[in-house]
Amino acid sequence: MTAVLETRGLNKSFGALQVAQNINFRLEAGARHALIGPNGAGKTTLVNLITGRLRPTGGKIFLSGEDITDLPPEARVKRGLGRTFQINQLFKGLSVLENVALAVAERDGVGGNMFGAARARRAVAEEAYALLERLRIADDALKPVRELPYGRQRLVEIAIALGLNPKVLLLDEPAAGVPSTESAIILEMIAGLPPDIAVLIIEHDMDLVFRFARRITVLVQGAVLVEGTPGEIAADTRVREVYLGERSHV
Amino acid sequence: MIPPGKSSLKRPPAVEALIKRHRLRPIELLPWAIAVAAYFLFPGYLALGAQIFIMVLFALSLDLILGYAGIITLGHAAFFGVGAYTAGILAVQGWHEPISGLIAAGVAAAVVGLVSGLVILRTHGLTLLMLTLAIVFMLHEAANKAGFITGGADGLQGIAIDPIFGAFRFDMFGRTAYWYALVVLFLGWAFVRLLVHSPFGRSLTGIRENVVRMHAIGTPVRRRLVTAYTISAGLAGVAGGLLAQTTEFVALNVISFELSGAVLIMLIFGGVGRLYGAFIGAPVYMIAEDELAKADPVYWLFWIGLILILLVMFARGGILGLIDQAMHLVRWRRK
Ligand SMILES: Nc1ncnc2c1ncn2[C@@H]1O[C@H](COP(=O)(O)OP(=O)(O)OP(=O)(O)O)[C@@H](O)[C@H]1O
Ligand SMILES: [Mg+2]
Repeated sequence: MTAVLETRGLNKSFGALQVAQNINFRLEAGARHALIGPNGAGKTTLVNLITGRLRPTGGKIFLSGEDITDLPPEARVKRGLGRTFQINQLFKGLSVLENVALAVAERDGVGGNMFGAARARRAVAEEAYALLERLRIADDALKPVRELPYGRQRLVEIAIALGLNPKVLLLDEPAAGVPSTESAIILEMIAGLPPDIAVLIIEHDMDLVFRFARRITVLVQGAVLVEGTPGEIAADTRVREVYLGERSHV
Repeated sequence: MIPPGKSSLKRPPAVEALIKRHRLRPIELLPWAIAVAAYFLFPGYLALGAQIFIMVLFALSLDLILGYAGIITLGHAAFFGVGAYTAGILAVQGWHEPISGLIAAGVAAAVVGLVSGLVILRTHGLTLLMLTLAIVFMLHEAANKAGFITGGADGLQGIAIDPIFGAFRFDMFGRTAYWYALVVLFLGWAFVRLLVHSPFGRSLTGIRENVVRMHAIGTPVRRRLVTAYTISAGLAGVAGGLLAQTTEFVALNVISFELSGAVLIMLIFGGVGRLYGAFIGAPVYMIAEDELAKADPVYWLFWIGLILILLVMFARGGILGLIDQAMHLVRWRRK
């Protein structure tokens, strides 16, 4: 199978700290892939490298076979790369609907329109609303995001990314900070993602990871420790060591 | 698909609200009604009126980049000044037709906005603020040095403007100037209003609210900012051109840090990012200046300073913000 997303020998250091070490990572079309690892392992950094928020110190990134290493972030988005943030990055003063509409408009290429195009605007608003309905936050469509409880804001975070209709979706701890009552909606939503989207999820909750992922990559200190099926990862002694060590001083 | 014609019935209210947000509300016509009424009520103040309209347009242009796009600048008078000198110098050099002179003022300022924007909008925060200051200082000195064409510190004199459309002569009572400035302001307002409600304008708001996320949804952020900056500079240039044409004089302080600060204060008085802040702030500031300076020509800035402190500390949304809060309170009480 061809990789829709691939990194080759990706490196990144912050001064002396190497946060990505020779990372070779592949995401197949329709993948359900989890990226796990202790705090500070470099998971978010990897997402930032892939999306272009950070520039690698070495290595290459490919999206659908095209070298995107030198492309600016927005060009990568245009090619189908969507992400969510570990800590919400929302337009807090704008309504929930508009948060999503901004993304839909950019994806449709009408985000820079100055005049006219009422039809395009309507299409954008309707699509954004349909997305809110899907995530069951349409009731809050007109509320400013900052008035929503964190769990619902987390859904907006995801809705914005989905508004881009991405081919590859990178979810950085989507359920982090969400009370368990509400995380169920998020899990259900993730499970219901269109099968053709390749999804990478960063997650600390092992129940979620093992339920969702068909493949798992374990990252430790910026390097891939092991990659495999959930069964292989569960049985891996090195992974157990990392996680037992981790748990014991949490 | 929803069949056409019935579609608005089936559309969810939230969608409807988003699409129709830019519908004109009656209250938005109030400033224009006041401006027309003022012409008849205060015939002795027409010159001040025209200057107020000019400053409203200037503050409105600032609102586009500061209030909507979140670009903080202390150098906006650079564009106002470039416009004023362009219109003024054209007239002195023999081009007396006002409309084309005004367009030239806007275009010249927009070009300066585009070029400087391409350079300085790579930066943010304090660096950006310093760069906007640096540009206004440099242009001020350049205008000063180029005295042979700008009149330098003595100001640019000898501006003569033809009647508008060959029919409306600029009269000594400032009647023509009043209407001229008002019509240009109206056009500027209609344009900015269209812009801020357009997807482009909303994306500027998105950039102000969260630039990280705008990058992540694929927005060409810098291009949008440079575009907004260019448009805003052009509008400021038109305002400057209006001043040169209506007063037939350009003082060196049109390109100054002081004027940049003053327009910022006007906008903050009225309310930033609300489109109508300029319409409240500029008149309040200028009428206060007029009245306070009459009473005490030296210390009027003291009072402006005091008002600014009170507003910034207790009413971050400016006068419009206060009105909002008051309305909110009234509605809440009724419930
Ligand atoms: N901009 C930066 N400058 C310097 N160091 C950074 C920067 N960003 C991240 N780091 C460091 O890089 C390391 C990896 O951080 P990263 O956020 O990628 O970890 P993570 O695996 O996502 O952790 P978590 O599970 O806590 O989210 C950490 O030690 C972090 O302190
Ligand atoms: Mg992280």
